[in-house]
Amino acid sequence: MATTTRPARTTRPTGTLSAREGMARQYDYWLTVLKRTWRGGVVSSFLTPLLYVVAMGVLLGGFIEGDPDTLEGATSYLAFVVPGLVASHAMTIAVSESTYPVMGAIKWHKTFYAQLATPLAVRDLVNAFVAFVVFRVAVACAVFMLVLAPFGVFETWWGPVLAWVGQVLVGSAFASLTFAYSARLRSEEGFGLLFRLGVIPLTLFSGAFFPVANLGPVLEWLARLTPLWHGVSLSRMLCVDRVDWSLALLHVAVLAGLTVVGWVLAVRNLDKRLEV
Amino acid sequence: MALVQRIPAPLTPAAATRMLVLRNYVVYRGAWKLFVTGFLEPVFYLFSIGIGVGRLIDTFEFHGEAIPYAEFVAPAMLATSAFNGALLDSTYNVFFKLKYEKLYDQMLATPLSTGDIARGEIAWGLMRGSVYSAAFLVVMALMGLTHSWWAVLALPATVLIAFAFSAVCMAVTTWMKSWQDFDKIQLAQMPLFLFSATFFPIEAFGDGALRWIVEATPLYRGVVLCRELTTGVVTWESAISVVYLVAMGIAGLAVVRRRLDALLLT
Amino acid sequence: MISARGLRKSFGDFEAVKGIDVEVRRGEAFGFLGPNGAGKSSTMRMIASVSPVSGGQLRILGMDPATDGPAIRGRLGVCPQEDTLDNELNVFDNLYIYGRYFGIDRATCRERAQELLEFAQITDKAKAKVEDLSGGMKRRLTIARSLINRPEVLLLDEPTTGLDPQARHVLWDQLFRLKQAGVTLVITTHYMDEAEQLCDRLVVMDKGLIAAEGSPRELIDAHSTREVAELRFGVGEHEALAGKVEDLGERVEVLPDRLLVYSDHGEDVVTAVLERGLHPLATLVRRSTLEDVFLRLTGRSLAD
Repeated sequence: MATTTRPARTTRPTGTLSAREGMARQYDYWLTVLKRTWRGGVVSSFLTPLLYVVAMGVLLGGFIEGDPDTLEGATSYLAFVVPGLVASHAMTIAVSESTYPVMGAIKWHKTFYAQLATPLAVRDLVNAFVAFVVFRVAVACAVFMLVLAPFGVFETWWGPVLAWVGQVLVGSAFASLTFAYSARLRSEEGFGLLFRLGVIPLTLFSGAFFPVANLGPVLEWLARLTPLWHGVSLSRMLCVDRVDWSLALLHVAVLAGLTVVGWVLAVRNLDKRLEV
Repeated sequence: MALVQRIPAPLTPAAATRMLVLRNYVVYRGAWKLFVTGFLEPVFYLFSIGIGVGRLIDTFEFHGEAIPYAEFVAPAMLATSAFNGALLDSTYNVFFKLKYEKLYDQMLATPLSTGDIARGEIAWGLMRGSVYSAAFLVVMALMGLTHSWWAVLALPATVLIAFAFSAVCMAVTTWMKSWQDFDKIQLAQMPLFLFSATFFPIEAFGDGALRWIVEATPLYRGVVLCRELTTGVVTWESAISVVYLVAMGIAGLAVVRRRLDALLLT
Repeated sequence: MISARGLRKSFGDFEAVKGIDVEVRRGEAFGFLGPNGAGKSSTMRMIASVSPVSGGQLRILGMDPATDGPAIRGRLGVCPQEDTLDNELNVFDNLYIYGRYFGIDRATCRERAQELLEFAQITDKAKAKVEDLSGGMKRRLTIARSLINRPEVLLLDEPTTGLDPQARHVLWDQLFRLKQAGVTLVITTHYMDEAEQLCDRLVVMDKGLIAAEGSPRELIDAHSTREVAELRFGVGEHEALAGKVEDLGERVEVLPDRLLVYSDHGEDVVTAVLERGLHPLATLVRRSTLEDVFLRLTGRSLAD
């Protein structure tokens, strides 16, 4: 027991349960959520990116010369654009699922408050929430990669599998960072700004649609600093089988590092937010 | 009764529309950050696809003239951002006001009518949209992506696109039951955005039925209208597009009124 | 001011209002009393000229809502059951913008909005967001907003539902002041104390029909005794004991938690009960209220 004279906080962010037990106790909750919402995700998480592949990869790609020198090693624009699109898609899902749902659980439905009235602690809530989002990202990316496999856009069998792991990492980095952001936000206006100033520019300028070299030297380096570029580059080098292993390691390290930073901030911010 | 004389309503339709626009303006004044950033989206697309991807493409043929890719994409972004803005305003925002805020219920307790509400909401959307369009046109002109004075007419063209889509989308929204239904809106929005000869020429669809279907879709009409105007290659197709969009807007508006009557005046 | 003849409202097969006659006079406070689902709100919406009449005749301020809706609404004030405030506007703008919907000029709107903030006792909240107001303040703002066009008739649908007792009294006081200023009030409520406090005249509605009409006093005199003796026995005993006290009053009602014995002399009833060797856990003698009238007329309690 704590010997401090101050009244002890009833809920410490780490709580009393093991991390594993804390997540296990929320399994049924999230399963119920999934059953209720998976249909809604079909259009946004599956059909939309597929349409992008057809429009940009196939139709626009038909007008673009398949030169590996200008396309970062890809032999066609379709092969170039697909790994990038899937990676940026992983980001979009992760961000979408960690914005309004987080605010809802705090402000509208107050799910977090209800959950905190049980032995669950803030850390457990973050763990389960992020795990759920990452699960959705993983499923969406896996289905997507499988559908694209017959179109001859992948060079090896193991490349896309590793690329998928990279895409899931993109999901975990953005899910935890966005959670941290949403947990602090008071008004949903901030989400509009996040999408317009964050998600859209990242999608468009992180090398998903064109080699970042096309941006010119200054902007190219700026693009290389964005988290999504690491995901896109990792995903693409594995899919087109032009792996620079040391660069790949850097990509993984950056994405994993961001996940950890995001997670720490998420726990801290949510704890602060739910305190009052 | 021998003589039934209708008592005039306290507000004319024009005055009523103005009041609704005023209300939205007062609300929006507080959200200027969203207003400013709303302009950035088409600009980002123009730089990314138009310039970034454009480096991988030489030129496209449009009505027999070779034009650089950025010049090809820019008018499409102009048209699609008018489309996207109108869609957002008249679906999500209207649904929110209709079902959650019950905003229209309170308005109907005043002399305002459902027709006033429909006109007011659409007018507001058009005003906001035309500010964006004007700004985007200036960006295009500064980047040397406009080639004729016809380009000035692209501004009213975007207003027309926004009008047509606002009216129809608002009508569709009145049938929406829950947020889940918005998946269906997205299901229409994405293909229109991606396949209306926005990023590649209509020739990509070949010469068959598919091409004719695309040519008959409303956003394609809007894109081609804008493209003809900003590139200065104006043909009779523009006239078809204008008539098409005007008819679509008027039909939508008529449905909206009837549907709002059915929903709110129960 | 308002005159209805055989007024009906149906939604598909469901008849919410089944033909009612109502006459509201200038300057009076008129009430519709009844449980949820009695047809009060449907009637109010028809009077507010936002709900088309299904049958019968309705005249408001001498006009027909079917043809002159906007003109009628221009002279009515409506305070709906749920606060339909504009959450995207601040408190002052809620009043100002709403006034503009009536075609009132800017300067007048501003002036009246300022006055009404004072009336609603929320002047210091003028710049606040609506969502930051308490329930009572929101309600007062809604009522203040309904007064922006200086209405001749004010429609109040369940004005105090969901408010705490103190907030209710503040509101009642304000409604009295409006009445004194000559505004005709039309109120629906399922609280009998509210109806007794506020209404000069009222109709009791049940299942879409008018069950009785008159002033609160008249209704009580006509449909109930002067006093009521409430007897509480152990759980589940009430039904069985009803027969044993039946002859002590004019009438006995069995409620889940007590027996009501209607008599002009309540104390005598209690004495007689004790003399018969019955031992209620608690007794109470009180004057009859509209609740008793309602119970008599419909066989049901208002609280359901």
